[in-house]
Amino acid sequence: MAYSEELLTSLKEKGQLLRRDCIKCIGVGVAGHVGGSCSSADLVAALYFHKMKVDPKNPEWEDRDYFLLSKGHVAILQYAALAEKGFFPVDDLPHCKDVGFYLQGHPHLGTPGIEAGTGSLGQGLSLGSGMALGLKMDGKKNRVYVLVGDGEMDEGQIWEAAMSSSAKKLNNLCAIIDNNGLQAQGKIADRLPNEPVADKWKAFGWNVIEIDGHNMEEILTALDDAEKCTDRPTAIVAHTVKGKGISFAENVVGFHNRALTQEEYDKALEELA
Amino acid sequence: MAENNQRNAYGQTLVELCRKNKNIVALDADLGGSTMGKMVEVEPGMEENHIEMGIAEANMLSTAGGLARVGKIPFCSSFAVFAAGRAYDQIRQSIAIGKLNVKICGSSAGCSDFGDGATHQSIDDLAYLRVIPNMSVFVPADANETVAITKYMAEHEGPMYIRVNRNSYDNVTPENATFVPGEPVVLREGSDIAVFACGIMTVKALEAAKQLEGKISVKVVNVPSIKPLNRDSVIAIAKTVKGVVTAEEHSVIGGLGGAIAEALRLEPTPVEFVGVEDRFGESAHNYNDIMNHLGLTTEHIVETVEKMNAR
Repeated sequence: MAYSEELLTSLKEKGQLLRRDCIKCIGVGVAGHVGGSCSSADLVAALYFHKMKVDPKNPEWEDRDYFLLSKGHVAILQYAALAEKGFFPVDDLPHCKDVGFYLQGHPHLGTPGIEAGTGSLGQGLSLGSGMALGLKMDGKKNRVYVLVGDGEMDEGQIWEAAMSSSAKKLNNLCAIIDNNGLQAQGKIADRLPNEPVADKWKAFGWNVIEIDGHNMEEILTALDDAEKCTDRPTAIVAHTVKGKGISFAENVVGFHNRALTQEEYDKALEELA
Repeated sequence: MAENNQRNAYGQTLVELCRKNKNIVALDADLGGSTMGKMVEVEPGMEENHIEMGIAEANMLSTAGGLARVGKIPFCSSFAVFAAGRAYDQIRQSIAIGKLNVKICGSSAGCSDFGDGATHQSIDDLAYLRVIPNMSVFVPADANETVAITKYMAEHEGPMYIRVNRNSYDNVTPENATFVPGEPVVLREGSDIAVFACGIMTVKALEAAKQLEGKISVKVVNVPSIKPLNRDSVIAIAKTVKGVVTAEEHSVIGGLGGAIAEALRLEPTPVEFVGVEDRFGESAHNYNDIMNHLGLTTEHIVETVEKMNAR
């Protein structure tokens, strides 16, 4: 095994920690993006606590790797990762969306560690592609990671970015598809069925790696393998479970953006302990 | 003799700017030969300063946002209806909210692409870009001013839009002038009526003032900076005349007329608009025909000034 048990366990725990932070931040009686935060949590934990070069004390460090949350509605997950990494106090998380506070409902430029304003779905991959292109033009080694929602792939701009990123041979760009099969109001398969997802990215000229998005060893292997590709961008198609880790929310459409009852809140934190 | 085509002036200036600053990049959406972004592409040694983005304007604008975030100064060019209209959401969401240093060139703007009709004629770009916070919106009166504005855009931080005419006509502003954002520029003094104009309508306003010489004293004010717009300067000019007329190659809703009327909202000076009356353009065999059809001629300005003066 390329990765120690200790590392894998610690990253899995980080994933759970981020989920707990999200639930605590969302709280009781106020709608929050529970489902999509939980599906992406292990991927984000692997990036921030292992793979990416970042400096919490110097968020604009020239040699950092970039992470863009194209599915910007789970901002709270990125905030949790940034806070746990030390970019800003964990105690600030519950103040997200306070009027005048720096933690906005969607990622906003100016917040430490945020690389791009996202939220209008479909634009994050293009933004990341532009960063990767600019960095590559300057001969820099930074890598750019973009977390894309599978529902977000309905947006045509994703495929424009897919075409241009492969045309420009952006091997420093890695898209991670959170392939949880659900979107805000229903199943993707019942709306605009997008399978075969991996084949689509292959057809657009990307290096494609399919993984279980909750298996930490597979996540780390994919992230390392992506770096070995020299002539194309990589798409990691991560098969995930929306609401992962919370039994009553797993694969339930209703938990895309829903308020938790006190009972649900307590049970969620208990299960994520 | 100075260049008299805004597209050529834009392309030549981009080449000059790229020579000085390697971080300037010109992005095109398969229309570089028309926007003149291609001048950068074909310039020896500058191939890498030109980025062809294909027929995908939305992606071009967001990609430019990413380029800006890592220190590049992207100039995105296409026809105004596509660079600005099709990519409105990308300009708003990817660029303007984050105040990213992206420059947008809306080429073949207004009705200057006379043959292609409504789909290609931007009569609304000033309105929908002006309303976006953090955006600057510039309309050069001629090729000389295009040079000055393009240079300003490269040298100053922030999202900015320049609206470029497709067709050639004589310069009315001086060569090598310095562009000052926000400031209307008096091109001709007058004491009865002030005509605030932008783009080719500045030329027509000067012609109108000349035609009215001896009858009505017309002050001609060129407004290359639709936003920002110094309200105090507009008010100060308005106080020197009985009435104000605006003239623009754009809808009477939300463009230059809107901006001037907003600036004068607490003033007693009456304001009337010369512009496109809430309708789309259409095809014509030449530029004059469509301008005449839409009410965008010297005669329309003369008539409006006369009515305002008799008020």
